[in-house]
Amino acid sequence: MTSLLNRLFGRAKIGSGATAKNRLRFVLQHDRINLPPERAEEMKKEILAVIVKYLAVDRERVEIDLEQRDRTHSKLVAELPIVNETDKNARPAAEVSAIAESNGAVKTADDEADKVGEDSAAKPAKKEPIPKAAVGEAAEENDNKQRGSSAQKPPV
Amino acid sequence: MAGKVVTISSGKGGVGKTTATANLGISLASLGKRVVVIDADIGLRNLDVIMGLENRIVYDLVDIVEGRSKLRQSMIKHKKFEDLFLIPAAQTRDKMAVSPDDMVKLTDELRDDFDYVLIDSPAGIERGFRNALEPADEVVIVTNPEVSAVRDADRITGLIEAADKGPGRLIINRLKPDLVKKGEMLSSDDVYDILGLSIIGIIPEDELVLSASNSGIPVTLNTNSKAGMAFNNVARRLTGEDVPFMNLNGHRSFLQRVISLLEGR
Repeated sequence: MTSLLNRLFGRAKIGSGATAKNRLRFVLQHDRINLPPERAEEMKKEILAVIVKYLAVDRERVEIDLEQRDRTHSKLVAELPIVNETDKNARPAAEVSAIAESNGAVKTADDEADKVGEDSAAKPAKKEPIPKAAVGEAAEENDNKQRGSSAQKPPV
Repeated sequence: MAGKVVTISSGKGGVGKTTATANLGISLASLGKRVVVIDADIGLRNLDVIMGLENRIVYDLVDIVEGRSKLRQSMIKHKKFEDLFLIPAAQTRDKMAVSPDDMVKLTDELRDDFDYVLIDSPAGIERGFRNALEPADEVVIVTNPEVSAVRDADRITGLIEAADKGPGRLIINRLKPDLVKKGEMLSSDDVYDILGLSIIGIIPEDELVLSASNSGIPVTLNTNSKAGMAFNNVARRLTGEDVPFMNLNGHRSFLQRVISLLEGR
């Protein structure tokens, strides 16, 4: 009877079992690599701060995530869409995914970096403003980070 | 043939390690195996009461390790099974009284005379756990379908693998099929997805387990108990038998109910 009702009303509510599973996934992802969520966030910000020194990245669409196949296979996957400087509407010229473990993907990122480098060389005046702002912001974040991290134990 | 040392562990306390150890001991003994169960939770002795043997204790694990009593005279024989013995934990000492090496020496001696040596590990990841882990040929990890218990199971899985004792096999204890069906409890599949450990047993929640521990007669001896049946299946799987998992689905169709009525189940 309950299952019939469930079927009729389409089980709108997600059970707490699913919530438990999601929370466990999240917690174990960090437990297994011994990197607490807070530190992982700091790391992401720092990575981004370095990248924006060299590349105009569409910050809205940046994704840096931990992925885990099982308890011994984790990887950090970053998707960093690059903004094409020639197009002021901030449409990304290319989406580059740099996967920490895969050399192939990292190479793609390098290629893209070269491409953007060429672009900026061709139009130096246009490129100036955006990266500067980005670097400034990044530097500020970086300061916060160092203060925060000095109080914390480094991951063993 | 040398006996096998199986350590029952969990990380988190209160998930049913001691209950599992007692029941697996009984089940293996009823399969005709020669079994000794060791309570490694020094200072918090409990396996004796779960097995109903608390009145018979004279010597304990620390007495044996420190040479005050002979192994043979310290083991307590079960009332019902000739070939089932208990080595109780010391109640007034702490875990530092025994070392991992002591446990290896002790179990090496027991291996010659027994088919199975089951070690009930204390909760936690410190000395007591190390004592229980060191001599293990195989580790059974007990967990509940619940966030904190699964997290701790994952934690000790890492430690077990780091000690080259892995991968452990998992008992999911106290599963409530009705709640799983409503989506209000992690299912055994969920737990498997998360931990990636092979499952050696799924034990349904069963009020008879409490009655059993009240009376000191492990639930495997109660033929009406689903949990008891499930523990029996775990024991058979431990011996290498391929036993299908019980259908724990509480909701049965009308036809199924008629059939089981006719079959007298």
